[in-house]
Amino acid sequence: MKTYDVIVVGAGHNGLTNAAFLAKAGLNVLCVEKNDYIGGAAVSRNLYKDWVYSNCSYVCSLLRPEIFRSLELHRHGLQVTPYAGGATFLQNGDYYASYDDHDLQHREMARFSKHDADAYDRYGADVMRQCRFIRDTLLRTPPDPTSFKLRDLKELLYLGGRFAELGEDRMYETIRFWTMSVAEYLDEYFETDIIKTSLSGSGIIGTALGIHSPGTAYVLLHHYMGDVDGNIGSWGYARGGMGAVSNAIAGAFQAYGGELRTDAGVEQILVKNGQVTGVALTNGDEIKAKQVVSSMDVKRTFLKCMDKSDLEPDFYNRVKNFKIRGSSGKLNIALDGLPTFSALPKDSPLMDGDMHFIDSMERMERAYDDWKEGTWSKDPYIDMVIPTVTDPTMAPPGKHFMSCFIQYCPPQINGREWTDEERDQFGQTCIDQIANYSPDFKDLILHVEVRTPKEIENEAGLTEGNIFHGELTMDQLLFNRPIPGYADYRGPVSGLYMCGSSTHPGGGVMAAPGANAAREILHDLKRRNTVPENFGDD
Amino acid sequence: MTTAAVDLTRLKTPFYPRLEALDRLHTWHSWKGYRSADAFTNGEIEYFAIRNSAAVFDLSPMTKYRITGNDARIYVDRLVTRDMLNKVGAGRVAYAVWCDDQGQVIDDGTIFHLRDDEYRLCSQEFHLPWLRAAAIGMNVDIREETADYAALALQGPNSYSILKNLGLSGIENLKLFGLRHFDFAGTELMVSRTGFTGDLGYELWIDADKALPLWDALFEAGKLHGIRAIGTHALEQSRIEAGYLAAYVEFLPANETVRTGRTRSPFELGLDWLVDFKKPNFNGRRALAAEKREGSTWRFVKLDIEGNKTASSAYIYADKRAKKNIGFVTSATWSPVCKKNIALGTVRMPHGKVGETVYVEVYYQREMHWSRMMAKAEVVSKPFWDPPRRRATPPGLF
Repeated sequence: MKTYDVIVVGAGHNGLTNAAFLAKAGLNVLCVEKNDYIGGAAVSRNLYKDWVYSNCSYVCSLLRPEIFRSLELHRHGLQVTPYAGGATFLQNGDYYASYDDHDLQHREMARFSKHDADAYDRYGADVMRQCRFIRDTLLRTPPDPTSFKLRDLKELLYLGGRFAELGEDRMYETIRFWTMSVAEYLDEYFETDIIKTSLSGSGIIGTALGIHSPGTAYVLLHHYMGDVDGNIGSWGYARGGMGAVSNAIAGAFQAYGGELRTDAGVEQILVKNGQVTGVALTNGDEIKAKQVVSSMDVKRTFLKCMDKSDLEPDFYNRVKNFKIRGSSGKLNIALDGLPTFSALPKDSPLMDGDMHFIDSMERMERAYDDWKEGTWSKDPYIDMVIPTVTDPTMAPPGKHFMSCFIQYCPPQINGREWTDEERDQFGQTCIDQIANYSPDFKDLILHVEVRTPKEIENEAGLTEGNIFHGELTMDQLLFNRPIPGYADYRGPVSGLYMCGSSTHPGGGVMAAPGANAAREILHDLKRRNTVPENFGDD
Repeated sequence: MTTAAVDLTRLKTPFYPRLEALDRLHTWHSWKGYRSADAFTNGEIEYFAIRNSAAVFDLSPMTKYRITGNDARIYVDRLVTRDMLNKVGAGRVAYAVWCDDQGQVIDDGTIFHLRDDEYRLCSQEFHLPWLRAAAIGMNVDIREETADYAALALQGPNSYSILKNLGLSGIENLKLFGLRHFDFAGTELMVSRTGFTGDLGYELWIDADKALPLWDALFEAGKLHGIRAIGTHALEQSRIEAGYLAAYVEFLPANETVRTGRTRSPFELGLDWLVDFKKPNFNGRRALAAEKREGSTWRFVKLDIEGNKTASSAYIYADKRAKKNIGFVTSATWSPVCKKNIALGTVRMPHGKVGETVYVEVYYQREMHWSRMMAKAEVVSKPFWDPPRRRATPPGLF
């Protein structure tokens, strides 16, 4: 029986990225996937006629351009098209718009508050300073602050140097920023509720926290630190849906000689004498490998796919307590035409971007209260986009695909499983909210896919449907991610590695965890490094 | 005696009323005296219309000549360095360069073989004296028709769908560098499968007085296909990705240079494939044959540069320590579609062979301060962007 150099578990974007860089270095790599399609949560699904749904992740900004370039993803069909626009609808019939033109944005903000309009540049610079700091770490392995190994010391010095460079005031500012709430942070700049509300959404997306919860300011940064072609903070669509990302990386992986097997769920990662020996599939097959890399989240990896006796109890408990709460759901909708929004002129370019239907900080926080009560938000925060305004490939001409990301949506209802009726009610809650601002929306609906965290866990394999493979709070970031002492992508068993979003730098379709893990594996195997370095902003 | 003074304002193309209505930025420049927009709403978003949906660019200011007469075929063949007699029949388009007697490039352009004995030559520059001089002893008529025809480039993956919607039957069979005549509202509409973007695309040519009805019909046909007017900024970015030359950027018209050594031969522009020595005679043949024997001075290079700092106007060195200067970058951009830092440049022979590593001296500014880096670059042979859809016949719907 063949023994692979490496088996990568899970053909999501991180698993595939990891596999691609390893195969590029000449290793004999097999990537196994439980579903009969690849992509994980970066996937395009054809669930209704000619419509293509990005039915999990739906927009692209974090994907590292260094990885795109290095794997030549354009040759494998990936095109990322940026979009502008977006609006938050007010209950009084007005809207607050988002523009890519700086002066236009100032003018729009001034409609609500001249103070806030003038404050925006300082806010922008302060956020950019934090972005600059974090962006530099994305393609680096976090150092272990307790280690005396040369590599760790060097990295620690580097990080420390970058931090010290900020200067005293800004060091204080940074420490506060990493732990404070998005609401408090925005209060330092803005006075207008609608402007703060519109900005605060990025602080809670994918996070089981409210806008007043500590740690959410960083989550905002996580949504700003990406870029499309150097425009930091801007977002785009993968042409053909988010599956185009995974498909392109899979194309690169296979072009480097890698082997991909779908319908091959892993039952258990096999260990013998403290050394990984391969995987056992759910169908009973066993495949041998010298190294196994899991792109699954840490809970799924260690609690579901490993024998408890192969793990140290402390490690096991840390994993058990890893914070990975499900907080969001998804509606994917096929539309017979482009809906009109009462507040917007027909064919407004604002419809190119993200649309929101909550207009106050109070409503944002109340949406979280429902989640804590064990149910979905009755007045949810929806991040809605219509990718087909930009992407011609996802629906027939004149027809549209609408993606609604919904916060908050619990993994269970009052501690028990969701019923199908409840799932439908959840979907209806979201449709009703949008219909309040769009009179023809309901009539245009052809098909709806409603996804609670339960469906997301069952299909994409994300524990509790947590889109980031674990929350992005300071206790679970950098050298704390996923677990202190294990931030270097190496697992607790020899030959076992982690490369999913549970590892640094966390969730989002970034591909950095997969690439960073590949660099560490190649280092251990004394192979040529194929993983690119950060371009650097300076 | 009456005097007719020249129009002192910058000229408007036949499409101007539509362009003006779309424009939000008011950033125009002069293209041979005509108003041409840098961008209409956002240059970067416009670029993506080329790569993602469909972009419309007004190329009416392009200099156009009509060449007719019994000797037109022989004349055109004699004019340019490539074989126009056997390889470019009626209904075909050829990219070509023409040279002076020293074999130095005067201009590049496209020659449309409209019908038997009838051609249209499009170029950046005006060339009537030279075109006429080259016609000595031949029965040809050469007429400038720049203002008589309006022209649009329709480029991008949706462009075929849009022309199909416009009702151009048979468009599915039009191959790359083919042209066809259609009836549009009682007027002849010429459509060529050509462009300056390296993507699937077409160019549409029509009488100037039918420009607006064509525009309106095209935008109606493209309404559900993401059709969008674009300015020069977007076009330029795609042009560099396609690796195409621009006059006054990658070369100067030989007859307009002042200093010695500032001209380029076709070989020095990477256009060896356009020089056909099997032809008995063409302008510059003797000089080019000598250059072929003895070697060229310069080489045109396409560079794939590390990092993401655009190498505009950068010097090119053979070594990282910048001891040996071998040339300079002529065009540079970040390629959004390839996620690559790319450039076109000119280097001294024997440097710049495909696969060779050179170094590019990049200056870039961050918050007022300037930095310098020596970026490693690889000389590549292929266009940076050349998707299969560019030549697929029939083309895909998107």
